[in-house]
Amino acid sequence: MDPSIIIFLTSGLFLGWALGANDAANVFGTAVGTKMVSWGTAAVICSLFVILGAVISGAGASHTLGKLGAISALPGAFMTALSAALAVYTMTKAGLSVSTSQAIVGGIVGWNLFSGSQTDAKTLTAIVSTWLICPILAAAIAITLYKAITLGLRYSKLHLLRTDAYTRAGLILAGAFGAYALGANNIANVVGVFIPAQPLAPFTIGDLTISSAQQLFLMGGLAIGAGVLTYSKRVMMTVGSELGRISPVAAFVAVLAHSIVLFLFASRGLESWLAANGLPTIPLVPVSSSQAVVGAVVGIGILKGIAGIRWRILGNIVLGWIITPVLAGVICFFGLFFLQNVFGQAVI
Amino acid sequence: MPKLSLFGRTKALENQIDEFLDKISESAVVFKLAVKVYLKEGANGEFAERLAAVNTMESEADTLRRNIEKALYTYTLIPDSRGDVLGLIETLDQILGLFEGALWAFDIEKPDIPSDFKPGFRTLTNRVVDAVDALVLGSRSFFRAPHAVGDYNHKVMLFEKEADKISTKLKKNIFASDIDLAHKNHLRYFVEHIDNVADWAEDVADRLAIYAIKRTV
Repeated sequence: MDPSIIIFLTSGLFLGWALGANDAANVFGTAVGTKMVSWGTAAVICSLFVILGAVISGAGASHTLGKLGAISALPGAFMTALSAALAVYTMTKAGLSVSTSQAIVGGIVGWNLFSGSQTDAKTLTAIVSTWLICPILAAAIAITLYKAITLGLRYSKLHLLRTDAYTRAGLILAGAFGAYALGANNIANVVGVFIPAQPLAPFTIGDLTISSAQQLFLMGGLAIGAGVLTYSKRVMMTVGSELGRISPVAAFVAVLAHSIVLFLFASRGLESWLAANGLPTIPLVPVSSSQAVVGAVVGIGILKGIAGIRWRILGNIVLGWIITPVLAGVICFFGLFFLQNVFGQAVI
Repeated sequence: MPKLSLFGRTKALENQIDEFLDKISESAVVFKLAVKVYLKEGANGEFAERLAAVNTMESEADTLRRNIEKALYTYTLIPDSRGDVLGLIETLDQILGLFEGALWAFDIEKPDIPSDFKPGFRTLTNRVVDAVDALVLGSRSFFRAPHAVGDYNHKVMLFEKEADKISTKLKKNIFASDIDLAHKNHLRYFVEHIDNVADWAEDVADRLAIYAIKRTV
């Protein structure tokens, strides 16, 4: 294999690592923050299921991202992923909420602008509209789930300790599901831009042929897993306090609502089932797990009374959602200029 | 299977909490019987037996309390309500201490209670025990149906007010009687010993109300 391929892939792996470090907190942050699940347990389960999700179900959302901009040159893909990673890093440093999905979309649009390619308006509209739909849907699911669970708890008269034990088990299961959905949905952000360039040769083990895309999914999954294991602890510990104090049951609902939303936007099986039954399909696009979890927590907040919501923090989060894609797009545009004109790389 | 052991541990701890609450309601019954015996026959053999029973329950409840506290912290259970549960169990445990202390005082000081005041002591003891019974029901409800805690707390308050009225009337009667001042003071001390249990039950109920609100919001 050409060693330059590995160098170009590092930006994607860096983005994967940053995604693991940040977004694991969306899956397990509330569980770890409420001390219901230990960080060690959370990190191991999260890494494992992220990799499984990426390898098994990663293709759906990646396909949509490929339609937004088919970056055929590896240096171009490198800069797109790097711009997204830098945007994520900058926003994290500034203490603003960040979405890798938005960063990579911003990066791809930046590449399209630089290369003079037409941005597929239909795909872009589908993606951007999910940024709005995703938190609203997460809030709606969270409200429904929270209402149903609290009612169920009230009438079942479960002992406090039993409720605690079930919530703990639920947090682990919903977390594993969330990590799988995160891997399936967000792997597109990490390696999606490299797929059209097909940098890796397929290889065969026995009867099994592993394609370039599958190798990329595995590498990306491992990078996310590494991010979870090496850097997610601090983010997980602080995520609870940033979003406000929530009960373990609310934490479970938030994680489950988040996971359902991510799964809805990644499941090819569901898409085919909806299409087969003549129902409107859900676009398979990489959505932001941060937006999903914030939407879910705000949903529970609305249910408990609007006064409990910290509007200033929510405002900052929304601001982050606007700045991230713009910042990634700008970094990508100028980065490509340098890569092409200073380093003489073919980026288009 | 770790999941099974987790639920097994939960069940064992649930049983320990139930057992702890049983000790309090049982000790309330035995306390009532002990005072009744004392008022009728003085500190005789049966009274000594009742006192020994309350002593045993108190030390068993202490062991249960320590086990519950240890399990809650060792396995980081109910992180959200752990402090409240510990607070509830520790304050409930003090009721046993108050029962035991009052019975020891009867046993050691052997107060001479004139027959005119005996019905007052009996009614006061009954109301105090009613307050503790309602508190135990409220505490059980906290673990399974926090919305219902308010109903039991209401009863605790009602019985405590009744106990206050009875103790005030009893003290007035004692100090209006012809017995000597040292005897009056001695009797007052026993009225307060018994009445203190209802006051403490009310304090615990106040805390319980807050714990229950925290569980329901």
